[in-house]
Amino acid sequence: MILLTEKKKNYSWQPPHLINGQKKRLIIYLLAAAYLIFTFISLRVDPQRILLGLSRSQKYFADFFRPDFISRWDSILDGITESLTMTYVATVFGIIISIPFDFGAAENISPKPVYYLSRAVIVISRSFQEVVIAIFFVVVIGFGPMAGVLTLTFSSIGFLAKLLAEEIEDIDWSQVEAVKATGASWPQLMIYAIFPQILPRFIGLAVYRLDINFRASAVIGVVGAGGIGTTLNAAFDRYEFDSASAILIIMIGIVLLGELFSSFIRQKIK
Amino acid sequence: MTSKDYNWQLKGSRRILKELLFWAAGIWLFIYCWNIISARTMWPFVYDGAEQAGNLIMRMFPPNWSYFTELLRPIWDTITIATLGTMAAIIFSLFVAFLAAKNTSPHPILRQLALLIIVTSRSVSSLIWAIILVIIMGPGVMAGIIAISLRSVGFVSKLLYESIEEIDKNQVEAVEATGASKFSTLIYSVVPQVFPSFVGTAVYRWDINIRESTVVGLVGAGGIGLQLNEAILGLKWPDAVIIFMMILSLVLLSELFSAKIRKTLI
Repeated sequence: MILLTEKKKNYSWQPPHLINGQKKRLIIYLLAAAYLIFTFISLRVDPQRILLGLSRSQKYFADFFRPDFISRWDSILDGITESLTMTYVATVFGIIISIPFDFGAAENISPKPVYYLSRAVIVISRSFQEVVIAIFFVVVIGFGPMAGVLTLTFSSIGFLAKLLAEEIEDIDWSQVEAVKATGASWPQLMIYAIFPQILPRFIGLAVYRLDINFRASAVIGVVGAGGIGTTLNAAFDRYEFDSASAILIIMIGIVLLGELFSSFIRQKIK
Repeated sequence: MTSKDYNWQLKGSRRILKELLFWAAGIWLFIYCWNIISARTMWPFVYDGAEQAGNLIMRMFPPNWSYFTELLRPIWDTITIATLGTMAAIIFSLFVAFLAAKNTSPHPILRQLALLIIVTSRSVSSLIWAIILVIIMGPGVMAGIIAISLRSVGFVSKLLYESIEEIDKNQVEAVEATGASKFSTLIYSVVPQVFPSFVGTAVYRWDINIRESTVVGLVGAGGIGLQLNEAILGLKWPDAVIIFMMILSLVLLSELFSAKIRKTLI
């Protein structure tokens, strides 16, 4: 009884901590703090250069709020067309090529050697940012939208295969057993037991990848792989911030439309 | 009865027609797009591509292993850009997300403004932010950090405000019933509910940012991209292959790290 009241006296409520164990928590926080301090020390920032730049860039900033759609309209339209076509072609290629890897990278249906091979392809495709892949393709096949298509295709494969393989690993196995019991062959098993189960996710991811590929198509142009990025980079190089601002606004508009489209599709699948 | 001539079909004939039309449209669009791209392609270069790629890979060997030591500093900078960029984005996106969530937003106009910030940030990739920032504030790590954070704000805010909109209202009411102020309600009823998913999102974004920060250097915003650009422009392929290996291992390690943290959280 006495013990209980005594305990009650110094009891104060504390919200639960993220990391359990006082010692462990202290060590982790200390390490994090040390890392941050060290990072800040290692930053080499030149405040004078930033101030100089800021005063110089006032003109550019003003240009950003006066987007100029007209004077470079032809090349903007050209770049947007190229970006959209690149996006679509690369997404289609990416989906088709990723299909064997989707199944290959699913641990539950794939033999071990195929599994490891597919996982290796996924790791390589996902580890490099699109721009790095684009540099490689530009060096190999030259400037232009084809390098962009290959880049976007390559990075779509890893993305789609990884997420779809996870989906295949989570499927309801009893449906597979049921189809197996009818004496279905392996391709029939894939088409009638596995594919219907991953179809909604498949469509959702394809639409999502379309969106990602469009955004990426705007960047890989910076290294010469075609698309609106080429136009945008040219605008920056000429310090035409009014045209650059127009391009960015158009891109944001297209991404918004794409988002509406993909949420419409996703609702329809549900 | 009719069971003799009954055939099981997966889909009705109307649906089949609809799907056929959909596929026809898709294929037509593909051919149309392909023609545009094909017209702008130098096909001889493409036919030559495989040979060129083989040539290039041959030139990468033997790798210049001693270049490794020169890359330690750029790798550190790359990690710094990702970490500080993510942290800045997290701080900013806390405000944006609470303004953007329907149930916590103080005013519809502020909500629209927050949504505009989110879509702008998500539509423009970090490399483009980096180009703009390098022009404004000169080359360096700082431009990279800000570029990464500008791109991440939209991503983190979007996922955060969606999880705020899905919270359990009973808990909010319970805290309100104790007479808590608006701010305390937010801290004690909303924050604990979204916290795990928020930390998960932040760590996931950090992992993506490691990948992004490897390229911002291409336009001068610090990190290993600068060395990559130098190696490729200078045709120093034995150096480039070391950089590729470094990027690959950095990305893999960060992915393992973030997967482990997310696993312990959930």
